Amino acid sequence: METPVIRSRALTKRFGETLAVDSVDLDVWPGEIVSILGTSGCGKTTLLRLIAGFETPTSGSVHILGTEMSGASRFAPPNDRGIGMVVQEYALFPHMTVERNIAFGLQDLDDPRRSERVAEVLELVRLAGYGRRYPYELSGGQQQRVALARTLAPNPAAALLDEPFSNLDSSMRQRLRAEVEGILRSHRMSAIFVTHDREEAFAMADRVGVMVDGRLLQVGAPDHIYHFPASPEIAGLTGACDFIPGIVRDDGGVDTPIGVLQCIASDGLAPGQSVSVLLHPDDLELALDAEGQGTVASREFRGDEVILNVLLDSGDSVRSRRRSYSRMPAGSGVRVVPVRPIPFAAYPL
Amino acid sequence: MLRMSTLSNLALAWSSGPARPSALLVAPAVVVGAAMVLPLAYLLIRSVGASSEAWELLFRLRTAQILGRSALLVVVVVGGTLALGVPLAWLTTRTDLPMRRLLAVLTALPLVIPTYVGAFLIISALGPRGLVQDMLEPLGVSRLPEIYGLPGAAGTLIFLSYPYVLLTVSAALRRMDPSLDESARLLGHGPASALFRLTLPQLRPAMSAGGLLVALYTVSDFGAVSLMRYESFTWAIYQQYQGTFDRSVAAVLSLGLVSLAAMVLLVESVTRGNRRYYRSSSGSERSLTMQRLGRMRWPCAIFCWIVVLLALGLPVAVLAYWLINGISNGEPLLLLWQATRNAVVVSFLAAIIAALFAIPVAALSVRHPGYFSTFVDKISHTGYALPGIVVALALVFFGSKVATPLYQTIWLLVFAYVVLFLPAALGAVRSSLVQISPRLEESARVLGRGQLRVMLSITGPLMRPGLVMGGALVFLVTMKELPATLILGPLGFKTLATAVWSASSEAFFAQAAAPALTLILSSSLPMAVLMLRERSR
Repeated sequence: METPVIRSRALTKRFGETLAVDSVDLDVWPGEIVSILGTSGCGKTTLLRLIAGFETPTSGSVHILGTEMSGASRFAPPNDRGIGMVVQEYALFPHMTVERNIAFGLQDLDDPRRSERVAEVLELVRLAGYGRRYPYELSGGQQQRVALARTLAPNPAAALLDEPFSNLDSSMRQRLRAEVEGILRSHRMSAIFVTHDREEAFAMADRVGVMVDGRLLQVGAPDHIYHFPASPEIAGLTGACDFIPGIVRDDGGVDTPIGVLQCIASDGLAPGQSVSVLLHPDDLELALDAEGQGTVASREFRGDEVILNVLLDSGDSVRSRRRSYSRMPAGSGVRVVPVRPIPFAAYPL
Repeated sequence: MLRMSTLSNLALAWSSGPARPSALLVAPAVVVGAAMVLPLAYLLIRSVGASSEAWELLFRLRTAQILGRSALLVVVVVGGTLALGVPLAWLTTRTDLPMRRLLAVLTALPLVIPTYVGAFLIISALGPRGLVQDMLEPLGVSRLPEIYGLPGAAGTLIFLSYPYVLLTVSAALRRMDPSLDESARLLGHGPASALFRLTLPQLRPAMSAGGLLVALYTVSDFGAVSLMRYESFTWAIYQQYQGTFDRSVAAVLSLGLVSLAAMVLLVESVTRGNRRYYRSSSGSERSLTMQRLGRMRWPCAIFCWIVVLLALGLPVAVLAYWLINGISNGEPLLLLWQATRNAVVVSFLAAIIAALFAIPVAALSVRHPGYFSTFVDKISHTGYALPGIVVALALVFFGSKVATPLYQTIWLLVFAYVVLFLPAALGAVRSSLVQISPRLEESARVLGRGQLRVMLSITGPLMRPGLVMGGALVFLVTMKELPATLILGPLGFKTLATAVWSASSEAFFAQAAAPALTLILSSSLPMAVLMLRERSR
């Protein structure tokens, strides 16, 4: 069986009263990109710093390529772990040129091989010819790419990326995200990528881990996390969502204000049980119908789409995402049609 | 409360690198901190062990009177500097005073004149055999009012140290939120009412901080009080040290001086007040509203020019007179060359050592904030409140009893300078370190470099401006230092400061002029550079 590049077991860090990281088990396999999604202060940066060796764990362990780095018997300093890290503010050394920044981690190579490697990674991040510049002479996106080049140059076992795109404007961010992902994939580089932006977390990763209050609550493929979040809390972090009440019928369907829905729950559903059903805006179609279950309460035009807020006769409210030219003025009576081709996620009340 | 503590814990964890600082940092920081308290600790031990005779002598010496005189001097000088400094600060930052910018620079300049130079110039001008009397003699004036004692000492100190108040208060005035003043005006307060009800109360912390600097400066001053023959603590200690063999009396007197300094710190912490004044709006770059002085414009300008004339013009003119007088009488300049070389050598050594000492202490307190590093930082600041004469005496005892190989060498003197002026270096090194993100060091660690290598290749080079600045500050203050140099300098070791002092205490004014001018020039050039940089920011 393959060895995970990074493996944490029951990894815990306590700062005084606060549990910043609480028994995190995480495996990152060769070539895999895992993103950690969480709000600021949830402990995701501390998790990275524990893996990198900037924090000593209160308990638990970190293994890199099967070797214990943090644990009961050993604590390896960051410079002996063989992993790379890109931080939010890039941390380029301001007194060194781009070349010298990149060469900084290559002290084991002789001079010709070092310059060769520097040229190679500069090429990789499309900054050939920028080697003699200083960091302050570069744009934000270029600095970001130098930071990535510097991290990749010594061929680390894995790269840790801490909110690497948060300092860029949104168009630049999307372009660079694709570029960085391409570079990591072409090197079959394992990476942990920490972010508070769910779109970013979903777009780049093979697996997404959702972190709340120091605990890694759910880890899984992006679409699985989105469609079947393990709890309403995770649902709230991973996408816009509404909940409607329902009661489980004898045949397994769930009676809700918008009809009978096929649902699943992590612990199964028992007939007669009260549940709350998760609805995403793209789960629902609307049809104009004065006799329908609700009325359009308000519209939110966003350019590429329009979100309709529907007030159900039951008093619940749900959202539906429509194409931008959809005409359905506020006040129209509508029929809500569930269109999800897979079961809905339900949570016992 | 719980929330606050979690937040601060998080902040703590965030700002610190590895959870525990490495021994590589802790060990040198602790050594430096311990070295800085050594003089004070040794002094305490010595005074506790002083003979009962010494304590008796202390009572016969009218110690209470000395304390009273020192305290009186502090009160008069602080009062005088506040009375001069606060109006000058307001006039030069917030009004349409004519030639405001020029006056802002000129009024701050007396800071570069050491008190013993100031006192020498005043005595040589207004003293019994002075210039003014010479000029007045043909007119039948045979005696001028006495300048020795409190008037001379306090006057010298007020005119040379009011810039401390001026500079701190000006800085506070410039930082002040202009919208507050505007709101007061909109709420119907006239300019005077806004000044007294809004501006002055907000200046309290700055006035208190400036007053503290002046008070500590006065407590530890040796030059003015010794030349003006005002028997405050420092002068009394020096006389005891020179005149008797039982040095424990001087030690016990020094403790009295230390407690006076401690009292000053205590009074300041009470008057500072607990309230903090924050800017209420974030519009920071808006320029301040300038108060129109109207009919008072020219009287105010005249006031400023009188101060400049007295504190700067007069000393410079008197100095020029003695200089010309000295050169035309063929004063030997060889002495000047030797004194300059000595002063530069010891100041340079002190600057380098202080800058190096500052590194571990600053790194510990910036990168690993906590009780321990705060403690190390605090004890490294001992010299800030410790008068030079006390440090010097303590080291004389220490050198003659314990560190005998160092006694009567320049190394003990350099060590005294480092104890006294490390706080200046610490401030500069600290502020440059604060600007270096710990992420830089961490990135270097992840790229495979050990802690020492990171310090040498990343942190060190980035800290260089702070080290240079800190070293330069130490160099400047060391050049001017007098009491420690007098007491700890090896036999026959003369610096610019001691040359000025000994020549003027024997009324060889022409001899004192050249070294005094050299001193003033060597500190005013860097001061001008510093002020210009501050302005361009």
